[in-house]
This record gives sequence, structure tokens and C-alpha cells, in this order.
Amino acid sequence: MTTAVERKRRLTPRWRDYGRPRELVVRYLLLVFVLFITVGPLVWQLLSSLKGPTEDVFGAGASLFPHHPTLRAYKEVFAQVPVWTYIRNSLFVAVISIASQLIFSTMAGYMLSKPGWKGRKLVWVVLMASMMFPFESIMVSLFLSIRDMGLVDNLVGVWLPGFVAAINVLIMRAAFLAVPREIEDAAMLDGAGEWKRFRYLYLPSAYGAILVVTINTFISAWDDFLWPLIVLRTEDHFTLTLGLSRLSSSSFGYDQRMVMAGSVISVIPVLVLFVITQRWFYKGVSSGAVKL
Amino acid sequence: MAQHTVDQAPVPSPLGAGAPRPGTVPEPPGRLRRVLRSVVPGPTADAGGAALYRRWWLPWLWMTPAVVGATVFGVFPFLNTILVSFTDAKPLGGAYKVVGLDNYTRMLGDSDFWLATRNSVLYALIVVPLMVLLPLLLAVLVEKNLPGIGFFRSAFYTPVLASSVVVGLSWQWLLSDQGLVNTWLQKAHIIREAIPFLSDSWLILLSAMGLTIWKGLGWYMIFYLAALGNVPKELHEAAAVDGAGPARRFWHITVPGVRQSMMLVGTLTGIGSLRVFTEIYMLGGSTGGPGGADRTLPFYIRDVGLDPLTGNAGYGAAVSVALFALTLGLTLLAQRLTKEDEG
Repeated sequence: MTTAVERKRRLTPRWRDYGRPRELVVRYLLLVFVLFITVGPLVWQLLSSLKGPTEDVFGAGASLFPHHPTLRAYKEVFAQVPVWTYIRNSLFVAVISIASQLIFSTMAGYMLSKPGWKGRKLVWVVLMASMMFPFESIMVSLFLSIRDMGLVDNLVGVWLPGFVAAINVLIMRAAFLAVPREIEDAAMLDGAGEWKRFRYLYLPSAYGAILVVTINTFISAWDDFLWPLIVLRTEDHFTLTLGLSRLSSSSFGYDQRMVMAGSVISVIPVLVLFVITQRWFYKGVSSGAVKL
Repeated sequence: MAQHTVDQAPVPSPLGAGAPRPGTVPEPPGRLRRVLRSVVPGPTADAGGAALYRRWWLPWLWMTPAVVGATVFGVFPFLNTILVSFTDAKPLGGAYKVVGLDNYTRMLGDSDFWLATRNSVLYALIVVPLMVLLPLLLAVLVEKNLPGIGFFRSAFYTPVLASSVVVGLSWQWLLSDQGLVNTWLQKAHIIREAIPFLSDSWLILLSAMGLTIWKGLGWYMIFYLAALGNVPKELHEAAAVDGAGPARRFWHITVPGVRQSMMLVGTLTGIGSLRVFTEIYMLGGSTGGPGGADRTLPFYIRDVGLDPLTGNAGYGAAVSVALFALTLGLTLLAQRLTKEDEG
């Protein structure tokens, strides 16, 4: 056992500072075991996508690592399947979803964080009610609406039902409520009108929430499957998830290495976004704004 | 709530007239300012002291998109689902007639509907306890700040980021007759014949549950990590001094400490289990298992309600109402359990 004094004296902790050796070994063994289970299947997908046509993916003769790593499967999947079309369609839905979600949930969240206008309670009730119904229990009716609007087999129809989500409004509202009153009062005394306070005080303070809404929207639009499956009909309009699931059905007889390459391609944008934003994700929303 | 009392102070108007103060951003001039002034909300003080917007409709202008979204694509579809369930509307349009309660009587005698309900309920019954417990164990494992723990936490989160289709594909190949799992089990001489993970209806359902749990682990791990931070460290230290092993400390300190979070995770995963579609679609194929034996309620709704050729949106809507009732029942049950737990 190390004492607190000893620990303080050393800037870099030694291994034994973390606990008894046996406990540490058990912990790391467990961590590696879980790593194997959680990431293993995805890594295997990546490794198999790098295999050449002569190497087995399945069966008794298949090895885990590719002996001659090659990007051939990636070239093939782009050559044989309209992957660029899929990517463009997925991006289209994701980008307009992010834009509409951000703009509208910021506007609504800001107003909901402000007192002093009529109908606030009513709006609150409507927003809460809209979150009560699972998507799957209203999708029949949603499809009928989309059909009546003439948006079947149209990417706009994929985007429209989720153009603004109540949950994001609540997230933005919470972020705006967290801005200390003292700062707004100070800004008001300096003569800043409401638009200025919104633009230069509230909006910058809510960047954490803006990031959360952006990432959530991107991931849910990019990974969505059931709704695009219902709305879209022709391959020209397929999103990436639809295209991938179509590839996998054996009736098309595509090479598995290719399908795995397609999967890897579809995971990369989300992974990159996650890695980039991770460090900002957990930072405090209004840290440093009020100095005591 | 007289929050805007400062407005009564010498702020002349929301976008104050006259020269800009030094150090502030200048106002847009002339016409643009007038336009902005008419659209941008600005609170003014009324006689009673409560702030009211000078133009009552301004807050509504800002709220409208969100309210329209919540109404047109949230509340209305639900009411419309109930209405449609009394008709025989077709998914692609055309004439329909009101059929009263026919869809509901058909539903009660429809063995496929009951099969789908059984699958969905079974899904919740098996997935919820595991989903409440496993991520908690995982959170306890990654809670301690060891070297490299950040890598493990992020790595455990990756299945959450991948789409259900991608992880579904991955599992499809892992579990196929020639897949990695069967090959390894055969090499280790544990089994002789391949286990039919993807052709036996029970195994498909169980594999899909495994996929759901596997994909959700990281998400709820993060959730529990936040809750674990509130469990006092002193309790663990005191218990350790008293000679309590890790298992006892887990059951007697950690679990009571995060009880509320466990109730919430149980509720969320229960509702989530009733929504399962993609896992079954990826592992059981577009038919939902052999002869549709593995279809869940959302799967069944899509099959009977939205098929362009044979679909009956009215019947699909009736099944949707059943799904909503099930979800609501589960939510109320969870609420009640949570209350009892607290009281």
C-alpha cells in the first residue's frame, strides 16, 4: 500500500500505485477479453476486406490475417456497385438533417428557455407528447403522409419526418438555461439587444450542446435503416445502409471481401467524426464564463 | 417569474437607437435594422413587471418549425394511426372504406400476430436483465483510471457507432455455417456439425438478442460510468478494510448506489427491445426467419401494413396500436416499479 504522501512525491505513478499486481493482471486480462468480443468482429471485417481473391474468408482454410494485404476489394466494390451514389444519398440526408435540426432546435430551445410569452406550456406539452410514440408504432401513418406528399422513393421523404426532433430542442434548451443570469444582465446593461445576446452570448455558450445535436443527428441519419427501407424503392436513391444490406443478400452473389470493404467504408465517417469531436465532447458548457 | 426586470432599466429598445457604444459591434444600418427589429424577438416590460414580448407572435415565429415538426410528424401520425386502423386503406392509396373493428378482430385471431408479439415480449424479457447488468459490470471494469483505459473505453464504444446493418453483416458472417464461430468450434473439436445459427428460428432469435446486447453495451457503459462517479469511494474502502471481496462490494455497494440508473436503463432497453427490426432483418433475412417465425412486431407491421402489393395499411395501423399499447404498458409498469423502489 502506498501512502498519499508517497504518491504525491512522484509525478509519474508507478504500476504498483494502481493496485496489487494480481488484481491488475486480472483487470487487464478482462479488458483484453472484452476488447476481443466487442471490437473483434469489426476488426475481422476490416482484415477480411484486405484479403486477395485467392485467400479464403470462411471455412477451415481461412486464416485471421491476410497474407498479402490488398485494396483490391475496395476497387472492386467501387467498380461493381454504385457506392458513390449511395454515399452521396446518405450524405445528402445527413447534411440537410443536421442543418434543419441545428437551426430549428436552437431557435425553439432558445425561446423555451425564456419566460414571458404566451403558449409556452402548450408548446411544452406538444413537444413532450411527440416523444411518447415509438417511431415503429407511427410509421404506417408517416408513410401515408409521405405518400400523400408525393415523396415516396425520394430522399426528401427520408429526411422530412425527422427534420426537427423534440429531444434536440430539450438539449438546446438545457444548454441555454445553463447560461448564468449575471452574464446576461451584464450584457443588457451594456446595451446588448436580445439578438446580440443570442448571437454573441447564448450561441457560443451552447457549443457543447450544438456538437451533441450535430453528432447525434449525423449518426442516426447515417445509420438509419428501417425508414429508408420503407420509403426508397429504386437503387439510384438508396442510402449506404440500404445498398449494403442489398449487397449481402446472397442472391446477388457478390464477393464477401467486397461487402466487407463496403462495411468498412460506411463506418469510417462516423469513426472519424467521433475521434475528432471526442475531446470537446465532455468539456463544460459554460466553463470559464463566470469568474468568481 | 419576473426574470426580465432588468428590461425596465434604461435599455431604450431591444436594438437601441443611436450611435453604437464603443467596443460593441455596430448595429446594421437603416432598412436592414428595421427588418431585423421586426423579426428578432425582444422582450419589453409590461406594467405588471413580467416580461412580455412586444409582438406576441415573435416567440411563436421562433417556435413554429419545432412545433410543426412535433405536431405533423409526432402527434398527428399517432392520432391518424388510430383512425386508419378502422379502415382498409392501402399503402399506395386508392379507395378505402371504414371497416369498424374488423382489423382488431382479425388481429386477435391472427396467429402470426401473436407469434410476433411473443417474439417481441420474449426479446424484452431476455434482453432487459442482461442489458441492465452487463454494461454495469463493464463500467466497473473501466472505472478505475489505469494506463490505457481511455483506449479501452473508446474501443468498447465502437459497436455503438457502427450502423446496425454493418454489425449485422459482421455477425452474419461470424455465425454462418462456415463462419468464424463454427470453424473455431469445429477446430477445437467442441462440435462436429456446424451450429445452424442462421437457419434455426430459435437460434436466429437468440443470435439477434446477442447482437442487440453487443451493440448496446458501450452506450450503457458510458451511462453507468457517469452514475458510478456518484457512489462514494469511502464506502468501498471501508468495506474493503472490513474484508469484503469484489463480488460482495459490487452487490452491496455498487448496485444500491446506481439503483436509479439501473431502473432507467431497464425502462429504456425494454422500450428498445419492442422496437427491434434490423437485427432480425440482417440475421433472419428479409422474410424474418424461416417462414417469418422470427418476426417482431415492427417487422410484422412492415410486412402486413406497408407491402406495396399485398399490404393493408389499416391492418398495419391496428397492429401499430397494439405495439403502442405494449410500449405504454411497459412504461407505466416501469414507472410504478421505480416509484415503489423509491418509496
